[in-house]
Amino acid sequence: MKVRIPRIAPSEITPEGVYLNRRSLLAGALAMGASSLLRAVETPQAQGAALSYTVNAQYSVKEPPNKFEDIASYNNFYEFGTDKEAPSHNAHSLRTRPWSVSVYGEAEGRGTFDLDDLLKGVSLEERIYRFRCVEAWSMVVPWVGFPLSTLLARFKPTSRAKYVEFTTLYDPHQMPGQRVPVLGWPYVEGLRIDEAMHPLTLMVVGLYGRVLPNQDGAPLRLIVPWKYGFKSIKSIVKIGFTPSQPRTTWSGAAADEYGFFANVNPQVDHPRWSQASERRIGAPFLAARRPTLPFNGYAEQVASLYQGMDLRRYF
Amino acid sequence: MTVTQRYRWIYKPLVFAACLVPLAWLACGAFGWFGASLGADPVKELEHECGKTALNLLLLTLAVTPVRELTGQPQLLRLRRMLGLFAFFYVVLHFTIYVVLDLELNFATLGADIAKRPYITIGFGALLLLVPLAVTSTNGMMRRLGRRWQSLHRLVYLIAILGVWHFYWQVKRDVREPLIYAAILAALLGYRVVRARVRRRDAAAPAARAATARTAKLTSTSRSGASLLPSESD
Repeated sequence: MKVRIPRIAPSEITPEGVYLNRRSLLAGALAMGASSLLRAVETPQAQGAALSYTVNAQYSVKEPPNKFEDIASYNNFYEFGTDKEAPSHNAHSLRTRPWSVSVYGEAEGRGTFDLDDLLKGVSLEERIYRFRCVEAWSMVVPWVGFPLSTLLARFKPTSRAKYVEFTTLYDPHQMPGQRVPVLGWPYVEGLRIDEAMHPLTLMVVGLYGRVLPNQDGAPLRLIVPWKYGFKSIKSIVKIGFTPSQPRTTWSGAAADEYGFFANVNPQVDHPRWSQASERRIGAPFLAARRPTLPFNGYAEQVASLYQGMDLRRYF
Repeated sequence: MTVTQRYRWIYKPLVFAACLVPLAWLACGAFGWFGASLGADPVKELEHECGKTALNLLLLTLAVTPVRELTGQPQLLRLRRMLGLFAFFYVVLHFTIYVVLDLELNFATLGADIAKRPYITIGFGALLLLVPLAVTSTNGMMRRLGRRWQSLHRLVYLIAILGVWHFYWQVKRDVREPLIYAAILAALLGYRVVRARVRRRDAAAPAARAATARTAKLTSTSRSGASLLPSESD
């Protein structure tokens, strides 16, 4: 049995920034009348239910995590609009309960499962991971979740299962961004089975000790910390085990710009911009740009997965 | 008040103030004044907003000629230089933010970006091409260059195309907004193509001019516009 260490979640302490922001919120309310050009401070606050979890220090980086407001207001989640702030404004329309996940393909345990049943008996842990977007910005995020491997093992994949395919909910009523064909909906991502079973690969249900905000991919999302952020698919409704490499959304949209593997690699540039360095969101002015690390700093743990592979070809 | 006085004391100061509104808005966001915010990535917000404001002003500059001809307000030309110079101002600001705040003065990366990233190459090209236009925008330069001034300043068509292209090329996937800019630019340039054709046809067959009153009006206002250039465009 796992011992749960109770602790004050960082989100329960009002950060100084939020405290100070209240004052500017008041000023903002006054200024709203003065000019409609000014955007009021609308920083989302941690409101989700508190989760109980243990802290996994072994898998956590020592860098300071980004503020909750940044992680919950700066999102690429095109299902809710293509602006970074759009998901935090629009994702309230997503209903995250009841939520079911269908499992199909090369596994014995196929079927449709209620998310709460899947989460029963799962021990949650907090892991502070680096997050590197393909757009060359990065954050540090305290996720709450559990290893994907423990979930996949329950479905008993067969030896023919070489890849895992994930699909986001498709429902243009709840996800207004899907009414615009900027991407081929629904969003699909995939991993090789050994990548999926790697202990760093996380199924995430929380952020800063609380239930994940909708704009960050509630109720269930993937986090693969050594890959570009678009691999870490959000609001998952389907998990499939396939014998061949899944056709993934970004790779299908622009195969020369977004590969299936999408491992963070400072040596391989995006055709239109450099991946050699990144800007850390929330870092001070003139001290935000830093070199990008191979596999986003997780090379020691994951480089062996790609031994003998030409990472320029399989980018 | 004469037209000249109205422009000097009312319209020009108003346009000047309006051109500073985007800068004031960004300053409010950057310093948190009036509760404004630039969001989680203020550097990108500053960079993109300055770039977009520059494009907006560039398109406004190109809209002056069609608007003054279609509305029969040739004096509008007096506002064009200010709009163009503000477009240049925001382009320089956009580039400065990119070099100082985004790249953090890493000049090796800057060189690599300009050489290797086509969207940055064309954006930088547009900036360089704007420099001679800004330098020769004074009355003295207009007088000195005479007819060559107009030929030189036709570069603005190329600059606008490069600018919109630069915007289109750096967008990751959702190209709706740059396509709107492209459509507006196409309309503004298309107007000039049509006008040039009409003029050529009129020159070839002067009798046809009398047949279409609207064409005649267009031609006459734009001719008076040309004569406005050195003396009245302050």
